[in-house]
Amino acid sequence: MITELISKQLKAIVGDKYFRTDQEALIAHSYDGTPMLQALPDGVIYPETTEQVSEIMKIASANRIPIVTRGSGSNLCGGTTPLSGGIVMVMHRMNKIIEVDMENLTATVQPGVITQHFSSHIEELRLFYPPDPSSMKISTIGGNIAECSGGLRGLKYGTTKDYVLGLTAVLANGSIIHTGGKLTKDVAGYDLTKLLVGSEGTLAVITEAILKLIPPPKTKKTMIAMYKDIYGAARTVSKIIKQQIIPATLEILDNPTIRVVDDFAKIGLPLDMAAILIIEQDGEPEMVERDIEKIYSICREEQADRLEIAKTREEAEKLLTARRSAFTALARLRPTTILEDATVPRSKIADMVLKTNAIAQKYNVNIATFGHAGDGNLHPTATTDARDKDEVHRVEEAFAEIFEAAIELGGTITGEHGVGVVKAPYLEWKVGEAGIEVMKGIKTAFDPLNLLNPDKMFAKQAKKRVVIQRG
Amino acid sequence: MASTFGKPNIEHSNPLARTLLEKLDYDQLTNCMRCGFCLPACPTFNETGMEPASPRGRIAMMKAAVDGLMEPDEQFKDQMNLCLGCRACEPACPADVKYGQLIEQTKEALEEHAQHSAPVKIMRKTLFKGVFPKRGSMKVLGGSLAFYQKSGLQKVARGTGIMKLFPKHLAEMEQILPEASSKGVVERMGTFYAAKGKKVGTVAMFRGCIMDVMFADTNVNTVELLSAAGFDVHIPDAQVCCGALYAHSGEMEDARALAKTNIDVFKELGVDYIVSNAGGCGALLIEYDHLLAQDEQYREDGKWFAERVIDISTLLVEKGNPLEFADKSSQTEHVKVTYQDSCHLRNVMKGSSAPRTLMKNVANAEYIEMVESDRCCGSAGTYNVVQPEMAGSILEHKMVHADRTEASYMLTSNPGCLLQMKLGIEKHKPQQPMQAMHIVDFLHERMLCSK
Repeated sequence: MITELISKQLKAIVGDKYFRTDQEALIAHSYDGTPMLQALPDGVIYPETTEQVSEIMKIASANRIPIVTRGSGSNLCGGTTPLSGGIVMVMHRMNKIIEVDMENLTATVQPGVITQHFSSHIEELRLFYPPDPSSMKISTIGGNIAECSGGLRGLKYGTTKDYVLGLTAVLANGSIIHTGGKLTKDVAGYDLTKLLVGSEGTLAVITEAILKLIPPPKTKKTMIAMYKDIYGAARTVSKIIKQQIIPATLEILDNPTIRVVDDFAKIGLPLDMAAILIIEQDGEPEMVERDIEKIYSICREEQADRLEIAKTREEAEKLLTARRSAFTALARLRPTTILEDATVPRSKIADMVLKTNAIAQKYNVNIATFGHAGDGNLHPTATTDARDKDEVHRVEEAFAEIFEAAIELGGTITGEHGVGVVKAPYLEWKVGEAGIEVMKGIKTAFDPLNLLNPDKMFAKQAKKRVVIQRG
Repeated sequence: MASTFGKPNIEHSNPLARTLLEKLDYDQLTNCMRCGFCLPACPTFNETGMEPASPRGRIAMMKAAVDGLMEPDEQFKDQMNLCLGCRACEPACPADVKYGQLIEQTKEALEEHAQHSAPVKIMRKTLFKGVFPKRGSMKVLGGSLAFYQKSGLQKVARGTGIMKLFPKHLAEMEQILPEASSKGVVERMGTFYAAKGKKVGTVAMFRGCIMDVMFADTNVNTVELLSAAGFDVHIPDAQVCCGALYAHSGEMEDARALAKTNIDVFKELGVDYIVSNAGGCGALLIEYDHLLAQDEQYREDGKWFAERVIDISTLLVEKGNPLEFADKSSQTEHVKVTYQDSCHLRNVMKGSSAPRTLMKNVANAEYIEMVESDRCCGSAGTYNVVQPEMAGSILEHKMVHADRTEASYMLTSNPGCLLQMKLGIEKHKPQQPMQAMHIVDFLHERMLCSK
């Protein structure tokens, strides 16, 4: 409950305009990008500085008010839906790029910076920040850090965690901590930086980040390989990696995905193909040429029907942008789109595609598959209708089995979207009982009153496993 | 998308919520999956940084009102009215949510329950029932505006400072009004103008209310360009207002009645294309099929009409005989030209590339792309009159980008945008002298001869 007094105190910190309890604000912060999930907060606050966040946390702690930190609310695991009410803390006003250090190749930013703005700014300075989640047009760096977002370049360049060098964060009690720094080496104590990356707002509120930048690749080449048989495409992926070629991007799209993406982007994708691979290599010109040539012949060996190399950078960018729209574009088929991100070792990608399709058939649900095939991270996406309770139940059952299949293949329940509330019941399948216990211990150390993004990460009860095998 | 589940079964006690439930397309509301891809495209979100002022936020509120999660209160209405209706969120939406239809349905519901203040009521009644639907009244309006400007009254008004009695934004707008005329395109050219050179088709021109009173010269130039490109041009005198201002204000029934009149008038001519030179009109004309989708008698004719609607630039680029354009005055020096998209031409008629192709084809002119040229200028029909604060702040940002182009000409494809650009130039005074102009006039001035 937010009393008159608390409201007054919070307004005194951020200004009248930036603490809201009106109906409109509550409704507009009751959801994120996750389907079938909505819960009203009791208030919405927009801080501008680390100090303000600290003051807010002190009041929240004193009054036991849950705080759900949020960037643009584009996450897909229910990570920023305020299930226990409380206050949603929107980081949009903290959107400055504080510094780009050209000597240390680092950038210091506030969490509300839009990923794409940051990325373009860095590219203008002839540097490179690789993490590129599909939502980068609207996602914030803070959100990316909280969820440890991946993206199309994860295969070669890693994900957000590989680019965070240091953080400023506010703990639940209002203390401010600084972790890491502009350092390539730092073993002073536990690595709290890495711990906070991907902690989904459950441990602290991130208010500043030092990010690693790298020199940009000299050239890029992008190609598209088209297959009449989806397993041929999947086998190509495993074979490319086996031959020790690591492309910058290696994406797969199956037929239903190709259709909706082209319906949106209108770039002339081959609608008659069972699957396509979008492959990009970057680096030194000679290496790029050599790799693309090798990939070309692997595609041929695996019966690719057609192969095309993008003629211009613009054409390549259009292709990648179109790919980024895949998830939402699938909503053209049915009103509700449920997307997961089960991930397997790269060598198992063909097996995973086979299993997913068999499971979809078993439960009689529509599952389209696309994703970052090169890093084993697929996005099986069910297109359904939230109003059809029976079908939605079958979709949930199918996904439980997909998670199980992924774990059996040595994979994980989520590669880059996070646990949030959606995958909390499955977390124990991946990390085991002891794993859950140690994670809960960490949570308590940071946030003893359980105020930071409660209800996330840990389910009240783990879901019963479909098949009991290794954990 | 067909759905078998329909709308929630709720008995709302709030009358507006009831109407919203009745009018809003629930499938479209469900189709929004809240991915947020629309946020960067939305001008009001960019100005405020507040989720409720975004398409995703507005759709969430519409749905919440229908689902009974929130009362559609004053704040709800204000937020819906703050939407410019520029529809930039639609091309940005991978899920293909028809936001334009949703906001129109919402406004229609709001209008049914609206309690306008007495002056607003009179203004709406005069404009919507008296002026726009009647050709004669538009001419009288044009005539009186012309009289006001030419008689010296304008000077008197400006001199005595009487304009200071009006709200500031209206006074500012008064200054940039072009010379109006009571003689429209038909009065000047008749109802038919033949193709020059090899004939490639027959078109009918949609002259527009504002266009024909304030920019009648542009209409004349449009006809001459069409003719030079090989089109026989009909200009049916019985055509009426397209209905856009009605539709955007929630007066859907009036909009439909006007659409039917226009369909009858144009259908009779059996033309290949119906040409518009105003993105705002064209966007509604091209959606007559949607507007009349529930009307059994006019459904097919609505489709016939919508399929033929095309913007002048697109028609010239794609179908006309090639024209040559060059700056006649300065043969050596390059003149810099930039362009402000008409939102409705870009987002609804999908006609953003043709104007650029044409500008790039003008010899001795250099086309400079303005940053955020695809973002609404804040004119948005009557938006700059009813939401002066937001419109003003959008325009201010727009003019910063305009200034950076160092262009001498700021071209547009819609009268509202043109007036707004004139206002922006007058108010924010770019460092380089800059002139706002309709692209048709710019091209007409530089037309050499058809090949």
